Amino acid sequence: MSTRPTFNILISGVGGQGVVLASYVLSQAALAESYDVKQSEVHGMAQRGGSVTGHLRFGDRVYSSLITPGTVDVLLSFESVEAARYVHWLRPGGLLAYNTVRVNSSTVSAGLAEYPEDIDARIAAAWDNVCALDANALAAQAGTVKAANVVMLGAVASALPFSAEAMETVIRRSVPPKTVDVNLEAFRLGRAVNACG
Amino acid sequence: MAKTAAPERPGAERRVEIMSGNEAIARAAWEAGVRFASAYPGTPSTEILEALSRYDDVYCEWSPNEKVAMEAATGAAMAGARALVCMKHVGLNVAADPFFSASSVGVKGGLVIVSADDPAMHSSQGEQDNRQYARFAKMPLVEPAEAGEAREYVKAAYELSERFDTPVLLRTTTRTSHSQGIVELGDRVADLPPITALDRDPAKYLMMPHNARGRHVFVEQRLLDVAAYAETSELNRVELGDPRVGIVASGAAYGYAREAVPGASFLKLGLTYPLPRKLIADFRTRVEKLYVVEELDPFLEELIRLMGIEVDGGKDLVPLCGEFDPGLVARALSAAGAPGVDAGLLELREPATGELPDRPPTLCPGCSHRGVFVALRKMKAFVSGDIGCYTLGGLPPFEAVHSCTCMGAGISMAHGMAKVVDEAADARNRAVAVIGDSTFFHSGITSLLDVAYNQSDVLTIILDNRTTAMTGGQQNPGSGTSLAGQPAPEVDIPGLCRALGINRVAEVDPFDLEQTERVLREELAAREPSVVIAKSPCVLQFKIRRPAWRVDPDLCSGCKVCLRAGCTALSLANEDEDDGTRRVEIAADVCNGCGVCAQMCKVGAISGPEAGDRKDAR
Repeated sequence: MSTRPTFNILISGVGGQGVVLASYVLSQAALAESYDVKQSEVHGMAQRGGSVTGHLRFGDRVYSSLITPGTVDVLLSFESVEAARYVHWLRPGGLLAYNTVRVNSSTVSAGLAEYPEDIDARIAAAWDNVCALDANALAAQAGTVKAANVVMLGAVASALPFSAEAMETVIRRSVPPKTVDVNLEAFRLGRAVNACG
Repeated sequence: MAKTAAPERPGAERRVEIMSGNEAIARAAWEAGVRFASAYPGTPSTEILEALSRYDDVYCEWSPNEKVAMEAATGAAMAGARALVCMKHVGLNVAADPFFSASSVGVKGGLVIVSADDPAMHSSQGEQDNRQYARFAKMPLVEPAEAGEAREYVKAAYELSERFDTPVLLRTTTRTSHSQGIVELGDRVADLPPITALDRDPAKYLMMPHNARGRHVFVEQRLLDVAAYAETSELNRVELGDPRVGIVASGAAYGYAREAVPGASFLKLGLTYPLPRKLIADFRTRVEKLYVVEELDPFLEELIRLMGIEVDGGKDLVPLCGEFDPGLVARALSAAGAPGVDAGLLELREPATGELPDRPPTLCPGCSHRGVFVALRKMKAFVSGDIGCYTLGGLPPFEAVHSCTCMGAGISMAHGMAKVVDEAADARNRAVAVIGDSTFFHSGITSLLDVAYNQSDVLTIILDNRTTAMTGGQQNPGSGTSLAGQPAPEVDIPGLCRALGINRVAEVDPFDLEQTERVLREELAAREPSVVIAKSPCVLQFKIRRPAWRVDPDLCSGCKVCLRAGCTALSLANEDEDDGTRRVEIAADVCNGCGVCAQMCKVGAISGPEAGDRKDAR
């Protein structure tokens, strides 16, 4: 009997950043490699500009769709504060890959809170295995800032227990036809960031 | 939603797909030959009907509310079709009357009622455990643990429904409805005969006292029959492992417990009401300790204890509030001394990155509700709110909604307040009701009828954005289209209000702050029932993009008044090198050009892309 331990990916970001698409690509790639897959996300009020997470787990047999804090293998964050918010969910040695973009929360925009200027330093102090990249810049280079989530997928591809080609296949069939080339280029630019595993 | 299964060609081998629990319920309903499905949107149930409406051969509708949806589905089942009705947990409160009636009259075609509960209240105003409804209405209850099971259980529920002449309550939680897993696909039952005649069976369907007495006897016997069936049903499963630890669980909690104590013995219950006494008693004899792991109420635990079966731990170990995860269950059972707990789940680490700004949900940039809340905040009005995106008007910086309980209650609660608040009270203490279009159609109409009929001087603001926004933009009776995308009559809201007996009905453009505030003040001052309709389509649902506005840094004084617009496109820049002032910036990629902040600016520092866009400073 093969034993493939359950792999936990937590995706965090802000509503509208493409957490759902990223979860979809990863779960389909895991399915293609014959893993049992569970994925969980929250809809409704939680999506209106709020903090959003997606849980993705795959292995030989997965029962829970929720990850337990402290057991995340890869934390994939699309925004700096949303990376910091979930650092303690990582297992010892787990990888944090995050987009260094800063998105103001409603509390910051209303002048009720400050966006922490030292956010990158705080993350670096809290965790060793960190890969920070300006995914928005790379996505813009590929053709649209909207593909920053796909850049991030490329950046962590080598740290995942399935092939980048499997992810590429899913991206090809799950994004709007007109945006396939842009997204594949975003994925390639992300992969070129070797720092992430 | 590329991930939704389209009906596939038959004849292939084992077909699987990753689906959410909600999509799996829809798939199963289609496979089971369901011909009628109704719902009112509500997180986390909404996607069931959205997914089912993409299959052929199933009539699907958004009903105005859950009570209507339940009654319509009961009628379809009475006529002989398999029917599905879906709602969120609090929707079943709205539908409670026909829910109990449906239990009494039973079915001809199978009837499955989906209640999607929301432990942790990700998008709800309450955390009730709707398993209690099954017991209350004496109806069988099934609880899938994951998407694959959701498909199997829906099909089993239709067989149960028709075999025992009963509706079946299928209860999910957010983590079964919105979690995805691998689902096997089947085909739809073939050759459903057309329905051409309605049965005349008054003893079963005509619930007058004489007949209803007979049905009550039937329902009590039905429960005993289903309990006997539950003893051997495949929905209930014993998984013998370590005899030292026995765990009874259902739904998502089973998955958490299964990972918390991987080697334990499990009684995994899928048919959770009525419970199989012999099966549970037998499981009890095979284990040293028996624990019940369930979210929210001690539903299973109390029933099992009532059977005289000893339970070693339940709600004394796990919380009554919120949702679980494997770590929570592991720590609870470890504290109780259970052997075999996964040690890797026990450690609880604290965040180590210092204080971070909260990121609560908020009104979208360009949202048509913003201007109304800016005006209401300025008026310091007491706002009796309702359920929808506009409930977010209660959060800072608006803080302009002061009560919100359940669908439609904003108007009727304001009416109650108006009847007891002294006439001499100032305008700030005269309740203003705020309600969205879909919530108004759902259950605000009868409340407004109360205001008109019993004459209270309540000002009701109807925020008409032409959609059911919070749940993702579903059609409603004001949209002009149905769930199937067919043209539908559009409710004339001003005409409806007048027909109810409201003489003062005004409309405002919510992006015109001056007009909005002026009309609201006038109508609040009127000593009679009044309705103001703020009409503008939802920018999110209708994908409305307007060019960004900009701040002239030479004019901005850094007074921060515009920040009260509560818009994520606005922010304070770093201190100016020369004068130390923190001026406001607009993020061009976030701004949706509504111009509300510009109208708040006292120095005219914010202007739009067109020459005439700069508003007069006020």
